[in-house]
Amino acid sequence: MTPVLGRVWVVVQSDSGRPATSGLELLGWARGAAAVVDAIHWGPDAEAMAPALGAHGAARVLSTGDLGDALPGAAVAAAMAARMGCGDAPDVVLFSPTHDQRDIAGRLSARLDRPVLANAVTLSVADDGGVVTEHELFGGTTVASARSTAGPPHLVVVRPRSLSAAAAATAFSSVDAGRPAAVVPLPVPEIGRLATAAQVRCRGRAVPRVGPSLDEAPVVVAAGRGLGPTDRFELVEELARLLGGAPAATRAAVDAGWAPFTIQVGQTGRTVAPEVYLAFGISGAAQHLIGMKSARTIVAVDTDPDAPLMAIADLAVVGDAASVLTRLVDAVRARRTGPQ
Amino acid sequence: MDVAVCVKQIPDPAVPGRLDASALTLVRTGALVLDAADAVGVELALRLVEQAGAGTVTVVSMAPQGAMVGLRAALAMGAAAAVLVSDDALAGSDALITAKVLAAAIARLGPDLVVAGTESTDGYTGTMPVQLAELLALPSITFVRRAGLCDGALVVERQGEDGVDEVTCPLPALLTVMSGAAVPRYPTYSGIRAARLAPVSVLSVADLGLAADQVGVVGSRQRVVSARPAVGRVAGVAVADDGAVGHLPILEVLDRAGLL
Repeated sequence: MTPVLGRVWVVVQSDSGRPATSGLELLGWARGAAAVVDAIHWGPDAEAMAPALGAHGAARVLSTGDLGDALPGAAVAAAMAARMGCGDAPDVVLFSPTHDQRDIAGRLSARLDRPVLANAVTLSVADDGGVVTEHELFGGTTVASARSTAGPPHLVVVRPRSLSAAAAATAFSSVDAGRPAAVVPLPVPEIGRLATAAQVRCRGRAVPRVGPSLDEAPVVVAAGRGLGPTDRFELVEELARLLGGAPAATRAAVDAGWAPFTIQVGQTGRTVAPEVYLAFGISGAAQHLIGMKSARTIVAVDTDPDAPLMAIADLAVVGDAASVLTRLVDAVRARRTGPQ
Repeated sequence: MDVAVCVKQIPDPAVPGRLDASALTLVRTGALVLDAADAVGVELALRLVEQAGAGTVTVVSMAPQGAMVGLRAALAMGAAAAVLVSDDALAGSDALITAKVLAAAIARLGPDLVVAGTESTDGYTGTMPVQLAELLALPSITFVRRAGLCDGALVVERQGEDGVDEVTCPLPALLTVMSGAAVPRYPTYSGIRAARLAPVSVLSVADLGLAADQVGVVGSRQRVVSARPAVGRVAGVAVADDGAVGHLPILEVLDRAGLL
């Protein structure tokens, strides 16, 4: 078998000093598809991440180094474009849809005059060497295949948990997986005020969560505006706690101030795939469905039997979400504290 | 401070989206409305101009068939003028082309600030505004929840994956706003009347100095080649809650999953 791609770059963001899971996922896929894989990085900790990046198949980590408090988008895009201009260019660049990486992808796209293939869920190479991506449209009900006719490098933003590392079983990367990735500087060219104008003055961090993360939780309890009109989110949090799961919210509920954006599930926000997804007062806008439709079992409670989420739920309970949730919390609490 | 706000006029979001069967592009015919995400952008722009004490908000849109409903809605909120780029040659344009078209239109205005929604309600790729910023050589702050001015520079709250950061940036700049950033004001009656009289310039591709083969389906370098229905989930069981026992089937599901 031959690899389908020559060189792939994967942007791997730093997550508390370690490579972000989303980046490692993409490295894992790239190992099975390309002859050579490099990681692209910004920040002061490239050396610290090099062993893990190497273990996941990266031959090199090209890093801009510490950008201080500047937002990275313009600088990282310019550095990548400059590198490509020197002949070190990949066939494909893979991005995760984090806020900073979406900035980098968009700016790089304009610099290179190439489209961004956003929201991709699969990536393959056609017989003529062109890259074909699949994208979920309309809440995931339609899968569209798209081609970029612009030629390499193809810029692809990949939805979380889409490209699987199953292909890594036939890793083509010639790098010994035990060797750390070689740290290579990725200099930022002179781009004037674009590099430094936007500065982070203060980093706010969300209240540390109690219980499993949305990625790990076996059950996710989610609320939408239908749980209203008033904020009843503490019921959602309690049920999640009783079940050993994680609370979540729709964009509408987050916009209403009931929950922080960090637990928003949807197109913007998190993608989850738990054993059970309990949805209270969620109609199921396309924007939300795309973030949770891979749950093994979906339970939806809403007053509207025709709401999109009710139509795909394994169990749809037609009724007032707040009322059902209250009784459910009481019943689960009783089961937990009562005789076993 | 003069602000240009990008607004998208989209098909009614309550109607399911679909692809044109032959061209495989998003169907954008029928009544178009102002994307709710962009009404938030207009609101934010109006508040910043109010805070600055002087300046105007101009809304800019690329839309088919001279669509103006969304622009009139933004004007009724208080925007002073509108620019519409409408040209049959633009049909099927990808995000990068849209960014080039809007960049050409906005460059003529020379604003201090450009505002756009973080992602549109129908396409939700979220790439166009950042491409626009690069084309206009503007620093950008995306995922903005709150924005204000301090000594002529922007001070904003930017949503990150782990929390909210405070970010500053001198003008000129581009912001993208999240849907929850502001509640758009209702147009007043006098606003609606003024909207009917407010100037709307309508520009074609040629007016912007672009060639027809640089835009539209012809100019797009990303295109849908096929589409299929996704393997769907089949609807399961539906039960009606009677106010007393509707929660019991949920307990069964949790039991079977070993969560109780």
